[in-house]
Amino acid sequence: MTYLVIPLVKIVVILLVLILGAAYLTFFERKILAYIQIRLGPNRVGPKGWLQAIADALKLFVKEDLTPARSEKFVFLLAPVLIIVPALLVFAVIPFGPSDIWRLTDINVALLFVLGVSSVGIYGIILGGWSSNNKYSLMGGLRSAAQLISYEVPMGFAVVTVVVMAGSLSLVRIVEVQRELGVWFFLPGIVALFVYFVCGVAETNRNPFDLPEAESELVGGFHTEYSGMKWAFFFLGEYANMIVISAMATVLFFGGWLPPFPNLLAPLWALPAVAWVPPPFWFLLKVAAFIFLYMWFRGTFPRYRFDQLMRLGWKVLLPVSLANLMVVALGVLILGGRS
Amino acid sequence: MERTHLKAFADAEEMEISFGPQHPSTHGVLRLMVKVDGERILDVKPIIGYLHRGTEKLFERETYNGCIPHTDRMDYTAAVTNNQGLVGAVERLMGITIPPRAAYLRMILAELQRLASHLVWLATHALDIGAQTPYFYCFEERDKILDLFEEYCGARLTTNCMRVGGMPFDLTPGWTDRCRAFIEQFPAKVSDWERLLTKNRIWRERTVGVGVISAADAIEWGLTGPPLRGSGVRWDIRKVFPYDRYDEVEFDVPIGTNGDTYDRYLVRMEEMRQSVRIIRQCLERLPDGPVMAKVPKIIKPPKGEVYFSVEAPKGELGYYLVSEGGDTPYRLHVRPACFINLQALPEMVRGQLVADLVAVIGTLDIVLGEIDR
Repeated sequence: MTYLVIPLVKIVVILLVLILGAAYLTFFERKILAYIQIRLGPNRVGPKGWLQAIADALKLFVKEDLTPARSEKFVFLLAPVLIIVPALLVFAVIPFGPSDIWRLTDINVALLFVLGVSSVGIYGIILGGWSSNNKYSLMGGLRSAAQLISYEVPMGFAVVTVVVMAGSLSLVRIVEVQRELGVWFFLPGIVALFVYFVCGVAETNRNPFDLPEAESELVGGFHTEYSGMKWAFFFLGEYANMIVISAMATVLFFGGWLPPFPNLLAPLWALPAVAWVPPPFWFLLKVAAFIFLYMWFRGTFPRYRFDQLMRLGWKVLLPVSLANLMVVALGVLILGGRS
Repeated sequence: MERTHLKAFADAEEMEISFGPQHPSTHGVLRLMVKVDGERILDVKPIIGYLHRGTEKLFERETYNGCIPHTDRMDYTAAVTNNQGLVGAVERLMGITIPPRAAYLRMILAELQRLASHLVWLATHALDIGAQTPYFYCFEERDKILDLFEEYCGARLTTNCMRVGGMPFDLTPGWTDRCRAFIEQFPAKVSDWERLLTKNRIWRERTVGVGVISAADAIEWGLTGPPLRGSGVRWDIRKVFPYDRYDEVEFDVPIGTNGDTYDRYLVRMEEMRQSVRIIRQCLERLPDGPVMAKVPKIIKPPKGEVYFSVEAPKGELGYYLVSEGGDTPYRLHVRPACFINLQALPEMVRGQLVADLVAVIGTLDIVLGEIDR
């Protein structure tokens, strides 16, 4: 029973929180963008607009679900699934807190699992773009494929930098090491963090790297022909991926569930007034900070052009992340870090 | 800035995309047949006419003052300068000198309209390149200008605010104060937007070296307005053939050097500052007196023809008027700035990427209402 029921309950809870969270991210994004852009944002549905996300979801449910007549029907159906499933699957290994209650599972190659699974999502975009049988979609899909492949490499190097510092691929262990060392990896790995996050923004196709769906050029990019719930899957997938990137940045560089300055302010965190705060609170706080960064980007930057994006990936981020890996590895070797 | 040189693959297939007329960044109903090799543009063929209303034919059955509302609907982001060109042409043919107060009023309104038009340009241009936020900042300012228009003539967009012989109304009390308050805070806003864009790496990469047109080509194609000045030609109708009282105010004509999208951007940003300068001088000197010259009730220009042009926000807007002496024009041809500027589009984007296409459409600042008429 415990093998079945408890994980199932956890899965349901994680999925619910995630999907609701992704839906509400759209609300927060609109609100934050609105405040950046001197407007009010959604404020009509429910108190202060809080039910807007629900209303949007309902609207998408009842929308007509069109499939273009000359599309590749099965692939067209498969693509949204390929987007959303990997994005949700990653959360199987993300540790929200120190003890077993706060995570679904802890596998020793969690990091590889995350990288591998999240790479599957790219198939959804390529296939979606191709199967729509629309020129704009095809171009969006191709852009996206090129973009994801080129950004996966520097991102891998950035992640390896953390692995070198932590000496483990387990996400739980990586956080534990940060606690033991008393220093979060963003300090020694500031370059890696930068590379990781830039690549993360590119991988989630967000501004300033939102070329695959560049509205002003490709209408809707790879999801031009999608409507209704299929489109909603792409949308949810994008936001779930944002959460994934932010959660991974938190785990890898910002000490996961640890409160700020865990050692320096240890007496403070032991006070009964704050000790009851569950560790996931800190985790989610950091994730939220990263997501805010995403939205801030969107409110500030213009969009890169396709070739400039590739240049940035291959000619800047790749060498930088590689050099950084060397330096960090050398540092770990000299300082006698863990093997 | 390096230009992108993408070699075509030997077995590359050409693809033709129908870009518009319902496309988020073709600014209305422009349709482009784009021939691409991957992302590289081989050729572009603009298809226009979706907004054709036969304006020039309509002119022929309207009285002269009745033509003015039709001009509003040509370049609908700059109705005031459209009005200004038409009434100017009729006045020149009839030999009417308008009272100084009317001339200054026209200049104030025209420069406000230039600001409003440039704001729409900046907003949509930035939006096409992916920067969302300037859009809202620009429209906030534009709204203040439209409020001033509304207070003066009752309309915000299709102003219909001039008549042959002067202005239909005098200013409402306090209008000059509100206008002054607006232009005093405006330059700071321009600097704000420039902080978001001018030195932004992405913005520069997207605009520098994109859509280049040399000064000689620009003249050859008949470009006017910011696209011409961006290529380094100092040509502004307000300076070379001054109308109203533009010879009495001081202002500079900004020009670019490279003729690329970035230079045209800088030119327009500077033009906004210069417009503020002109408005400030006009408000200082605004004379008292009547706003309407003595003109007959029924406007009947003598037999003859005249070409009169104004510097509209988008370029030279000319009216070629042929009169047979009746109360309607025999022929009233419009030299639209956007139509002629749009011609250079295929030349400017050939060999560049699809993403540059929207940047160049944005930088030409076209309005289909004026192209199709």
